[in-house]
Amino acid sequence: MPLHLDATLVPTRRRALKLAGLATLAAVLAPRMALATEAQVADEIKKLFSGKAMGEGKIKLDLPEIAENGLVVPINLDVESPMTEADFVKSVHVFADGNPLPQVLTYRFTPESGKASASARMRLAQTQNVIAVAEMSNGQLYSAKAQVKVTIGGCGG
Amino acid sequence: MISRRDFLSAGTALAGLLAASGTGLAQAVGGQSLTQADLLKFGKSGTFTLLHVTDIHAQLVPLYFREPSTNLGVGDARGVPPHLTDVAFLNYFGLKPGTRDAYSLTSEDFTQLARTYGRMGGVDRIAALVKAIRAERGADKVLLLDGGDGLQGSWSSLKTQGEDMVKVFTALGLDAMVGHWEFTYGADRVTEIKEKAPFAFLAQNVRSTEWQEPVFDAAKTFEKGGAKIAVIGQAFPRTPIANPRWMIPDWEFGIREEEMQKQVDAARAGGADAVVVLSHNGFDVDRKMASRVSGIDVILTAHTHDAMPRVVEVGKTLLVATGSHGKFLSRLDLDVKDRKVTGYRFQLIPVFSDVIAPDPDMAKLVADIRAPYAKDLARELGRADSLLYRRGNFNGTFDDMICDAIMKERDAEIALSPGFRWGGTLLPGDPITFDAVANATAITYPACYRTTMTGKQLKEVLEDVADNIFHPDPYFQGGGDMVRVGGVGYAIDVSQGAGQRISDLTLLKTGKPLEADKTYTVAGWASIAQNVEGPPVWELVERYVTDAKTVKIAPNASVKVTGA
Repeated sequence: MPLHLDATLVPTRRRALKLAGLATLAAVLAPRMALATEAQVADEIKKLFSGKAMGEGKIKLDLPEIAENGLVVPINLDVESPMTEADFVKSVHVFADGNPLPQVLTYRFTPESGKASASARMRLAQTQNVIAVAEMSNGQLYSAKAQVKVTIGGCGG
Repeated sequence: MISRRDFLSAGTALAGLLAASGTGLAQAVGGQSLTQADLLKFGKSGTFTLLHVTDIHAQLVPLYFREPSTNLGVGDARGVPPHLTDVAFLNYFGLKPGTRDAYSLTSEDFTQLARTYGRMGGVDRIAALVKAIRAERGADKVLLLDGGDGLQGSWSSLKTQGEDMVKVFTALGLDAMVGHWEFTYGADRVTEIKEKAPFAFLAQNVRSTEWQEPVFDAAKTFEKGGAKIAVIGQAFPRTPIANPRWMIPDWEFGIREEEMQKQVDAARAGGADAVVVLSHNGFDVDRKMASRVSGIDVILTAHTHDAMPRVVEVGKTLLVATGSHGKFLSRLDLDVKDRKVTGYRFQLIPVFSDVIAPDPDMAKLVADIRAPYAKDLARELGRADSLLYRRGNFNGTFDDMICDAIMKERDAEIALSPGFRWGGTLLPGDPITFDAVANATAITYPACYRTTMTGKQLKEVLEDVADNIFHPDPYFQGGGDMVRVGGVGYAIDVSQGAGQRISDLTLLKTGKPLEADKTYTVAGWASIAQNVEGPPVWELVERYVTDAKTVKIAPNASVKVTGA
């Protein structure tokens, strides 16, 4: 399995400082997926979460429509939650369905995180969808998807 | 139309200027006569006056600029302004063929109408109009804004790194500008301009990569006619993709719609009576942004070089399209009552160079700026034997000439030339001067490379560029027109998705299909990669035209378009 496109976590320095109190960052690469097509990745995501229904909304996924540098594409995500003992975001998983290693990273949160938000940079070799799945403390799942275009560019205008 | 006698009476200095620039005096045609006063006629003036120029591309002197005959819109932009050309454009706006409007706004009968109505633009003419409007309204009621791509596009701008146009904008009394091609002078130079120029360089959507901090002031508030006007800058969001990122390695761009909303909200909270976005997004991106960001009164659009005689309303937001190359000056008067915009009048003022008496101070500045390069600029390389123009989604005859030059001078089977929207037009019989060549090629990364590509690779390049123009969602578009291809024909279905638009690639020389696995020699210029080797493209074009003496380009039928 080609590993050259695995998670590249490059939080900006200031953000990293801010994040330290908010989230435990963990680039979790297992269970690994090594897949080719969008549909296969969608299937694998379903399996990973035992086919449970996923709601929409809640996750704000901020990605550029077109990557300026495919090597370090910024991702900012924010999940709506009171982040109390009774109701908080447990984790957020990020997938890139065109990467040889689609499962890019996982963030784990606790109520002490205060806010379920995080930023990172990842490598995207080609145009693809980035999918975030949030797991709530009550077991509910939410997902969000955004396409990022990776282009050879040029042609000025 | 001002008569020849009136012009001469304006003084010998002026007559000399006109003779020097080769401007013939147009005569009144078909009973249509026009004076400078006619151009400046305006309805009821508003609380304040917004003046907008954009995409001047450092064109100091009047020129011909043919609008595109092909300008396709996709998705929601299909078949709606500005994606109308020629008769469809005239019909939509209720204009007649053969008129000045038809000449300035479309490509219909271009050569004939150009000979009748003359060159357009020239910063001395723009200065005359701006001064007249300031005199009429009072300078305290007029805000003058530039939408970007002002500092690049000519030999003097390249040689001075945009300083020529900084001087011009300073003399014009510009209040603020935004950027796109300006960034191709590199981060240091742009920073210097931002810090030294007497006008504001605004951009809410540029951040330092490391700290995600704003690189430029996002907005500036002006007080005009007693109203507080917040101007928010929006740089071309795809600059690091469409142009060399290595020249601005520490800056990130993007549309940053949410940040735009925050800027608008902050402007309102700060007491702004009117919120104006000075944008270089391109028209379709602005149209979408206007539908998603609330509270913007006016978006002054740019980048896509569209000129429209009326504003486009999206909800409560007015979109202004001022064209390019100094052909037009937009005047928008806004009424402000109870801290709100309550009405507007708009005039797209065509800068007919033969009708406007140049501002003498600006004319002198232009002469001073061009003097050090006079010999180069005037050098006649050959003659145009057919209309040479650039604009159009797929090709232009000026680009065909560049592609021919590249193939010949670099001994390549295939030439690639970027789909830039800027560069003047030459009429049949016009001299092809070095000035004219530079007007279409003067960039900071001009190296003409020579390489090999397989048929498959070439198709991928074309698909990639096509998606940057014809993606149905404008937020996924970027850059200019389609890359120009010399030596190869192809078919394109603009209604298809990414990777599915291009077919029937044919090597024109043999008439045979391009083979996916076969290798071809390809030469091109304006690569966004670093350390590209090769001579500057203007040298190749100069050699080619000098050898050819006359350049005649047959209509290009090598791109077959469907799905429009």
